[in-house]
Amino acid sequence: MIRLQNIHKSYITGTNKLHVLKGIDLHIKEGELVSIMGSSGSGKSTLLNILGLLDNHDEGVYILNNQEIKSMSETKAAKLRNNLLGFVFQSFNLISFKNAMENVALPLYYQKVARKKRNKMALDYLDKMGLKDWAEHMPNELSGGQKQRVAIARSMITQPKIILADEPTGALDSKTSIEVMDLLKEINQSGITVIIVTHENDIAHMTDRIINLKDGRIESIIENNKINSKETIRVPQE
Amino acid sequence: MFDRDKWQEIFSTISKNKTRTVLTGFSVATGIFMLIFLLGAGRGLRNGMTSVFAQDATNSMQIYGGRTTKAYKGTPEGKRIQMVNADYLDLGRSIDKLDVISAMSYIPGAETISYKNNYGNFNVSPVHDTYKEIKNFDMLEGRFLNKKDIKENRKVVAIQDVVKEVLFPKETAINKLITINNIKFKVVGVFNQPSFDDNSREIYIPITVAQKIFNNNDYLRRISFTLQDISVEESKKVEQFITYQMAARHGFSREDKNALWIQNNIENSQQFSSLFSAIEMFVWIIGIFTILLGVIGVFNIMMIVVKERTKEIGIRKAIGASPSSVVGLILMEAIFITAASGYVGLITGVGLLEVINKFDLIYKIYPPAAIYFLNPQVDLGIAIGATIVLIVTGALAGFFPARKAASIRPIEALRDE
Repeated sequence: MIRLQNIHKSYITGTNKLHVLKGIDLHIKEGELVSIMGSSGSGKSTLLNILGLLDNHDEGVYILNNQEIKSMSETKAAKLRNNLLGFVFQSFNLISFKNAMENVALPLYYQKVARKKRNKMALDYLDKMGLKDWAEHMPNELSGGQKQRVAIARSMITQPKIILADEPTGALDSKTSIEVMDLLKEINQSGITVIIVTHENDIAHMTDRIINLKDGRIESIIENNKINSKETIRVPQE
Repeated sequence: MFDRDKWQEIFSTISKNKTRTVLTGFSVATGIFMLIFLLGAGRGLRNGMTSVFAQDATNSMQIYGGRTTKAYKGTPEGKRIQMVNADYLDLGRSIDKLDVISAMSYIPGAETISYKNNYGNFNVSPVHDTYKEIKNFDMLEGRFLNKKDIKENRKVVAIQDVVKEVLFPKETAINKLITINNIKFKVVGVFNQPSFDDNSREIYIPITVAQKIFNNNDYLRRISFTLQDISVEESKKVEQFITYQMAARHGFSREDKNALWIQNNIENSQQFSSLFSAIEMFVWIIGIFTILLGVIGVFNIMMIVVKERTKEIGIRKAIGASPSSVVGLILMEAIFITAASGYVGLITGVGLLEVINKFDLIYKIYPPAAIYFLNPQVDLGIAIGATIVLIVTGALAGFFPARKAASIRPIEALRDE
């Protein structure tokens, strides 16, 4: 589903050049539940941005869904994001003046789905999240867990192939975190690839595979089903 | 464009920031209001002035005899210049591009005019038949004096409508005989004459009759004529030509400005219309600058809106909004604010002009000014032009903020807490 070969990315701030990703090689198969871990500054957000087509890579090959991603127009990137990807964020990123149902329906608006139809679909998804009674509520009337469930419903509504979650539990208490993780796992079991960026160990350990980033390189990849045997796959350094 | 969701979003942001939107809109509305109102008022003033001055054809000139202020060939200054029939004939032959020419003499003594038991004092002016072309008459009944009247010394008369009201309050005037200084004249026509002098009560009789019966001389009070397709420069040459011609005939200095009074309506009307063009241009400048201020206001607001909505725009982009849909969102809001508030200004301006017109407000506030203000209105072209200006400026005000919004990178926007 996702194949990265020698991905480089640097940012230029004034006269300084900040080399953030220094050659990432990664393969994520369809239907995997993967987490990306790393301390701040390790490049995990940058990696997620590139995976999520929110940013372009400078060098290397990125193949998403059998399609090579090169620098493309914003319009085309937006279309791919809309069709292929779903995003879940730490701070939920719901639109404050839209109610839960409208928020969930918004991606379909950009697919030009008729208003009635998309609102109905949004209600179905909210129902799956157990939030049907909250459909007419504004985001500020919902709890953190509810907001994140609305955000997950929004990411699911376009039936994407990949869900990218950036610290999805970062703003939630541990109980709600587990609920959200269960939800993401459930989504994964339906065949959708889920990639979670986190710095929390226990969250990462609920995934199939942990990719540890450090200083813009993959430091290690831990296969969780082999975690008990303490086997760690070392990625050769350049 | 008429997408319910887009509009819903525009209205939701507008209604969340009512005060800000209203204040911004107010400046645009003021600009359009000023433009429309001032242009309309300017038009009203022009109409009013035109109708007041329309009593003389705009291609006409009038000559009056004056008094010399320079000694000339042994004649001391202060000599009265009396124009005579020969001057009229001579000028009629020699002026270039002449259209029609008419002289006016005068009758001495009190001019009591009566019909049966009705009488009044009216201004009797002996003129040629061509005088009709020089003054703008509106014949209500009958006809004006004609060539035959002049040639055959007929005792006929054309009277103004106000004169008719006095002498013939209840009957028709045509073919009735009225008495002017004990001599009977037959009424052949009733006319209306636009004038800024409310007391104008004119009666015209053939000049030949007057000179024969009342004066027994060939003196003229004035000579009026019109010219064909003439420029201001040419009219000034005509003025000079007349001065030289008359100076030679009557023996006064060519440089004497007071021996002859020449009223050049060609020059006057041109000055007049250029004055109004200048006023109109001034109004446009004021209006456009006011609108410009409004547009800058809208531009400012939209910049703030984009800044405030950075995160929201980022979310939209992350879930699949294309740059063009983001541009559309911001642009439509800017156009909507300018167009809606501009429309309010337009309606208010036109409405105020209509109210002034309908209720004669100027007459009620300051009656003497009223005749100088007629039919204040804005023509359709200006209204359409103003609307286009609004849409274009709205788009302009929204363009840069929209471009800024489109260039927002979703990931940066999402980090923006």
